[in-house]
Amino acid sequence: MNLSLLVLMPLITAVAVLFCSRLNGIRWVSLAGATVQLLLSFGLLALYWRERAAGNGAAMLFEYRHAWFPSLNIWYHVGVDGISVAMILLTAFVMEAAILVSWKVESMSKEFFVLLLLLSAGGYGFFLSLDLFTLFFFLEVSVIPKFLLIGIWGSGRKEYSAMKLALMLMSGSALVFIGLLGLYYNTGGAGGPHTFDWLAIAQMHLPLEVQREFFPFLFVGFGIFTALFPFHTWVPDGHSSAPTAASMFLAGISMKLGGYGCLRVAVFLMPDAAKEYSPVIILLATIAIVYGAFATMMQKDLKYINAYSSISHCGFILLGIGMLTGTAITGAVIQMISHGLMTALFFATIGMIYDRTHTRLVERLGGLLKIMPFISTVFVIAGLCSLGLPGLSGFVAEITVFMGSWQRTGEMYRLATILACASIVITAVYILRATGQTIMGPVKDLRYNGLTDATWNEQLAGILLGVGIFAIGVAPFWLSELLAPGVSAIMDHAGKAFTVGKAIIIK
Amino acid sequence: MLMWVGILLSLRQELMVTIIIFLLLFAKVGATEYKTGVVLNWVNVLLLVNFALGFFPLSDATLFSGMFHTNRLIVLEKNMLNLGTLIISLQAYDWLKSHRQVPEFYMLLLATLVGFFFMISAGNLLMFYLGLELSTIPLAALSSFDLEKRRSSESAMKFILSSAFSSALLLFGISLLYGATGTLGFDAIASRLDGSAFQLFAFILILSGFAFKVSAVPFHLWTADVYEGSPVAVTAYLSVVSKGAVFFVFVQVLYTVFKPLAGNWYRILILLSVLSMVVGNLFALRQDSLKRLLAFSSIAQSGFILAGITGSSRAGEASVIYFILVYIFSNLGAFGVVSLISAKTGREGINDYKGLYATNPWLSWIMAISLFSLAGIPPTAGFFGKLFLLMSGAGKGNYVFIGIAALNMVVSLYYYLRVIKAIFMDSQPQPIGRLKIALLPNIAFLVCLAGVVLTGFLGWIYDYIYSLSIGF
Repeated sequence: MNLSLLVLMPLITAVAVLFCSRLNGIRWVSLAGATVQLLLSFGLLALYWRERAAGNGAAMLFEYRHAWFPSLNIWYHVGVDGISVAMILLTAFVMEAAILVSWKVESMSKEFFVLLLLLSAGGYGFFLSLDLFTLFFFLEVSVIPKFLLIGIWGSGRKEYSAMKLALMLMSGSALVFIGLLGLYYNTGGAGGPHTFDWLAIAQMHLPLEVQREFFPFLFVGFGIFTALFPFHTWVPDGHSSAPTAASMFLAGISMKLGGYGCLRVAVFLMPDAAKEYSPVIILLATIAIVYGAFATMMQKDLKYINAYSSISHCGFILLGIGMLTGTAITGAVIQMISHGLMTALFFATIGMIYDRTHTRLVERLGGLLKIMPFISTVFVIAGLCSLGLPGLSGFVAEITVFMGSWQRTGEMYRLATILACASIVITAVYILRATGQTIMGPVKDLRYNGLTDATWNEQLAGILLGVGIFAIGVAPFWLSELLAPGVSAIMDHAGKAFTVGKAIIIK
Repeated sequence: MLMWVGILLSLRQELMVTIIIFLLLFAKVGATEYKTGVVLNWVNVLLLVNFALGFFPLSDATLFSGMFHTNRLIVLEKNMLNLGTLIISLQAYDWLKSHRQVPEFYMLLLATLVGFFFMISAGNLLMFYLGLELSTIPLAALSSFDLEKRRSSESAMKFILSSAFSSALLLFGISLLYGATGTLGFDAIASRLDGSAFQLFAFILILSGFAFKVSAVPFHLWTADVYEGSPVAVTAYLSVVSKGAVFFVFVQVLYTVFKPLAGNWYRILILLSVLSMVVGNLFALRQDSLKRLLAFSSIAQSGFILAGITGSSRAGEASVIYFILVYIFSNLGAFGVVSLISAKTGREGINDYKGLYATNPWLSWIMAISLFSLAGIPPTAGFFGKLFLLMSGAGKGNYVFIGIAALNMVVSLYYYLRVIKAIFMDSQPQPIGRLKIALLPNIAFLVCLAGVVLTGFLGWIYDYIYSLSIGF
């Protein structure tokens, strides 16, 4: 399969949208593009399975290389393994749902959909890239759409949030860039050409001093994208001010770019440094988990609740990565996907509620279950997934992270694991409180009585993401098996650096 | 006879521009009345012809006993400057059309261009100085070309004084260098440099002269005022063509003539680069006039270019030239919009741009994409330009320096985004009305846009420049 198709499809759709003149045309063309993209992603999954079943054991499949700047040895180089396939599938799911819930965007709708599609192209490209320059290019591509989407179609302090988000993510990119340059100039050894090639660097085993010097740049740089404490402050403002679709994409995909980068670039390419720095990572991740959970308890606005809980949940990703055991890393990747689906669903339903009631404050809502049963049900599903109810994806992800974390012996790691587990209780408190107050009880405001339930497009979006959550929650084996080769590649590459432990696969 | 043909062909770009100047002179003093529009069109067509001429590469040549030399890289650089001038000329269409002295404007503008051409081709410090002065003096006249405005004359005055000062420094340095080495030829100087204190003193003076011309901090004080007071077309010319030309020579001179002193200028350049980036960016943060903002941003951009030069590898020179190509497109895109709006409404403040998107979406997108390119955000070409500069700078392993540069990219993003925020997100009671854009400025915008969007994806452009570059 030609992977570039996955990057081109959103771009083609965006160009097609540019030529649409009527609102309906714009919507349907975008939806068609996103649907084709979703089908392509499923096709990729099927082809990937077929290749693996046929015994193709290469680290990366469907590789494609094209010389971009040959004199600097920069290539456009793409390829996938199980982890990237899963991330691409996630992106396609979230995008499809994001387009469906954006049906109501009527002001400057053409620009809105074009920017949203450009944003998604960056995500797809990022997960496909095997050349670090290509990867960085796709990481940065999202700055323009993010800034404009939040600043133009956002709500509340949108300009402030857009600016804050753009600047903080740009600082993250700057750190990543320094780290990448450090990698680049330390490859090639004796006079050979330097390279950005991920696979080539992986085979080099960089010297420890180099790893020590540049690991923090890459990890913190990517970490900013995934709300690494104390660089998480863009998350609440950015997510809350963004329009629904952009919130979904930001929390669902953009934050995962960071986790993916931490894992694939920082930890994979510099395992020895990862080992050395892992206590720091775990400390920061634990703070993020606990602090995020407590901060969420204090929030009154539904979007802020979800944004702060995202900090807490993304802490699990970093915790899993930082623990450096195979199981924990698998858990971290599952958490990326689970959180991507769950938070997108959450933001989608919050958007639906806000569109109808024009408030997101928990205290002003109440009794929504009677008025809009579908939205309320989906809302509860998202909430339960967030607190890790068995049968939903959140449970699978968190339990895998915890079991993997427990394999790392040492008081500090144990303590971190216990604290992270305990935060689930707090999660339960705020989730149950928020959902209980908004959908149960008497209807708070009589004006709400006339409101309608979800329209077909909103139902479709809810079902789509809900199916994803259930598919992982009920039958996690397919995902674990998809991820297993990628994770074991990371573990093999690290060699003795990581605690191996027995690989536990939740089935 | 054949020798003459060879000389003429090697000088074809200079000759072509000189011919345009003379044609304009004839039109001006000739008996027949001329129409402004016709003059404009003819100049643009001839500049286009000259641009096309530059695509027929000829063999390298050295003329006038080493005074003038040309090779494919130099032809390419001249072509880039020519392209920049053409774009500016197209963009200034509205402003020029209502101006009384169009032939004079072009005569002065093209005189500076010829000066830059000779300066780039110089193989001797005298020739270099001659070219530089040939361009500086008309530039001063150009910056006062808004004849009715006091600010314009003021800026011209500032420009001529600071230019005179920098020329004096340069000339003093050149004379000392002559005293130290006994020659003015580039090749001969390079072989006679040994890093003695006297030579270093001469070199520092020359370097200061250059720093003045590229407005590197602390030699930048003239920049903002001159940029603000001059007509927008001249500001654009100053910030793109003039600066680009000086950087072309600067790299050449540093990498060839002053190569023996590389250990000395490496540190000085880092200092200048950091100062330019930091000061340029910090001052740009607070500006309310778009022209002043672009002036300080261009100071910061100079800092980034200097960072690329410190790499002193082939990638160093290639990244500088590539960046200037990208810079021509992106900066002229931004200046083009400013120029058009200034010519039609006279408004130049950031606040005047509030709500521009509602009335002029096309102009807004050009402005936004150009600014994103200046900020170095992909998929625009500015991303690649900036990254290659920093990559080349990092080649020496000085990651602290590159870290400062990378963080400066973040700072600069803030003020570019401020403008974009005003255009797309804010509103005001009296927004700029819907503007009709004539064909020629539109063509210029399309060229800029295509350049900004495509240059990064066409990797062979960089590779071509790289193949012509030198380094050590």
